[in-house]
Amino acid sequence: MEILDNLLLGFSVAISPINLLYCLIGVLLGTLIGVLPGVGPLATIAMLLPITFNLNPVAALIMLAGIYYGAQYGGSTTAILVNIPGESSSVVTCLDGYQMARQGRAGPALAVAALSSFFAGCVATLLIAFAAPPLAEVALKFGPAEYFSLMVLGLVAAVVLAHGSLIKAIGMVILGLLMGLAGTDVNSGVLRFTFDVPELSDGIGFVVVAMGMFGTAEIVANLEHKGTREVFTGKVKHLFPTKDDLKRSWAPVLRGTALGSFLGILPGGGALLSSFAAYTVEKKISKHPEQFGKGAIEGVAAPEAANNAGAQTSFIPMLTLGIPGNGVMALMIGALMIQGIAPGPQVMTEKPELFWGLIASMWVGNLLLVVLNLPMIGIWIKLLTVPYRLLYPAILVFMAVGVFSLSNNAFDVLIMAIFGILGYVCIKLECEPAPMILGFILGPLMEENLRRAMLLARGDATVFFTKPISAGFMFAAILLLVLIALPAMRKKREEAFVEG
Amino acid sequence: MRIKSPKDFWAGLMFIAFGMTAMVIALMNYQFGTAVRMGPGYFPTVLGGILVALGVFVLFESLVIEGPKIADFHLRPLLLITVGLLAYGYLMQPLGLMLSTALMVFISAVGGHEFKWKEVTVLSVVLITFSVLVFVKGLTLPFPIWPAFME
Repeated sequence: MEILDNLLLGFSVAISPINLLYCLIGVLLGTLIGVLPGVGPLATIAMLLPITFNLNPVAALIMLAGIYYGAQYGGSTTAILVNIPGESSSVVTCLDGYQMARQGRAGPALAVAALSSFFAGCVATLLIAFAAPPLAEVALKFGPAEYFSLMVLGLVAAVVLAHGSLIKAIGMVILGLLMGLAGTDVNSGVLRFTFDVPELSDGIGFVVVAMGMFGTAEIVANLEHKGTREVFTGKVKHLFPTKDDLKRSWAPVLRGTALGSFLGILPGGGALLSSFAAYTVEKKISKHPEQFGKGAIEGVAAPEAANNAGAQTSFIPMLTLGIPGNGVMALMIGALMIQGIAPGPQVMTEKPELFWGLIASMWVGNLLLVVLNLPMIGIWIKLLTVPYRLLYPAILVFMAVGVFSLSNNAFDVLIMAIFGILGYVCIKLECEPAPMILGFILGPLMEENLRRAMLLARGDATVFFTKPISAGFMFAAILLLVLIALPAMRKKREEAFVEG
Repeated sequence: MRIKSPKDFWAGLMFIAFGMTAMVIALMNYQFGTAVRMGPGYFPTVLGGILVALGVFVLFESLVIEGPKIADFHLRPLLLITVGLLAYGYLMQPLGLMLSTALMVFISAVGGHEFKWKEVTVLSVVLITFSVLVFVKGLTLPFPIWPAFME
């Protein structure tokens, strides 16, 4: 059993004291920012990126990964107790979780959320261990045509899964692709879209763009409404769910895990999408759909399992193909590159301790989260009483430090501020920033692979449809677009988002 | 001609503006090349063209299909957050970490709903202490702590 040996190697790396410590720091930090509304894993990881430079690669990745899945645990706490999603992926947990809290059942809701997340985390860890090696093997055979088609599929998936207008989402992807091209063209050495600004010759930093579009823009949007929060602090007594709760939860947890694992692998997928999809599915197949929104435990169990599974399986394309499926994975790739490791299918064979150590650490981290979080809920609740007017200047300080430290340069802060304004305009015009960010990440990669593929095929564009694997990706992309363009499906998609 | 969906109208215009800019810059300055040997202008020109086409489509749609109004722009928080960030970035070298952090915290706090002198002062002291201890001492980020004229 090769996989057993690999997992053993992984665990020996993951439970070494230093890595265990970074795993703990990661999951605690993740829970913390998960609990706090308005601070996401993307901004946190971006802030910590410059710091990981001083760590060894395994410890750095273990910590950053812990922040991402830890945030899924923390986000549900806020959703259940305050009816505000601590994390965007726990939006749907608010619907039934908060109702349970109002009925005095906050404890069981929190426990079910944590336990279903743990179960999903275990399954997803195993799935990565089993699915990643064969995928990486296939990926080694990928040429530029296959990579290009895969990225097209990823972008199409991101568009289909975005809220709102399809055309506007495609526009945002293209806009992102264009912005990703700024800087020195690797093939010709020509400076593109730099407007004679020397700082732009290396392109616009992804971290800076992400912090502006998601960080500053979100803060400004949050400052628009004067929100008051009602926290159910005194009501968290008996944590343990009843027998009936468990009986009603296990099937939704299984379905949520399966759905989340699948959607997480898709480029453009991840935690957010998984939780929405899981909630919709549960409501559709439930015998008592009328209970949803009124404190149905299924409405907590399934999305919480799904978002954790999705968060973890979104590591698969990043680890095996070197392609980031979402913003957090793009930062992971950034972290690898800071360490001088080229992401791609060769990581698994060249750096087995990194690959398997990271996977094993996810299981360890999930265990730590369950063991630590349920007793620590009191502390997290205290944090929730901190008003936003004290929180956002602190977030700004962290973002400014993180961005400034990238190159010790005020220019990056300026770019972040500009993208903050653009992000705010996009929120107002209902143009989703997520597809743009994905396009931004993939822009240079796509151009490079397109060029190479066309060069190899002597300018024959049919190459994308004559190579079998590439054709498969292309047809899948076309199928998705056609499906979504059909009026009936279009209505369904809109309904799904409204319900969510 | 009446704009029926202002959100789409402006989004369309935004796409057209970005797409046009990209196309014009790419066509004028960068070699286009051929499909076999793509020059640096090829990909941006094609993308810019697609973006303009999408923009025109969205713009056209906004004149036909009804849509919601654009929610109010809140210029005050947007402006103050932006100014606060820029103050931090551009005053770091002359004024040092402590003063620039304090400036950013105060400016951005004015952008909120409630501004209490005492509270913001305490907050900035806490954040400055944290920044100095964790970022400069702990993580050894090369930020100047004190203003340049005091060094």
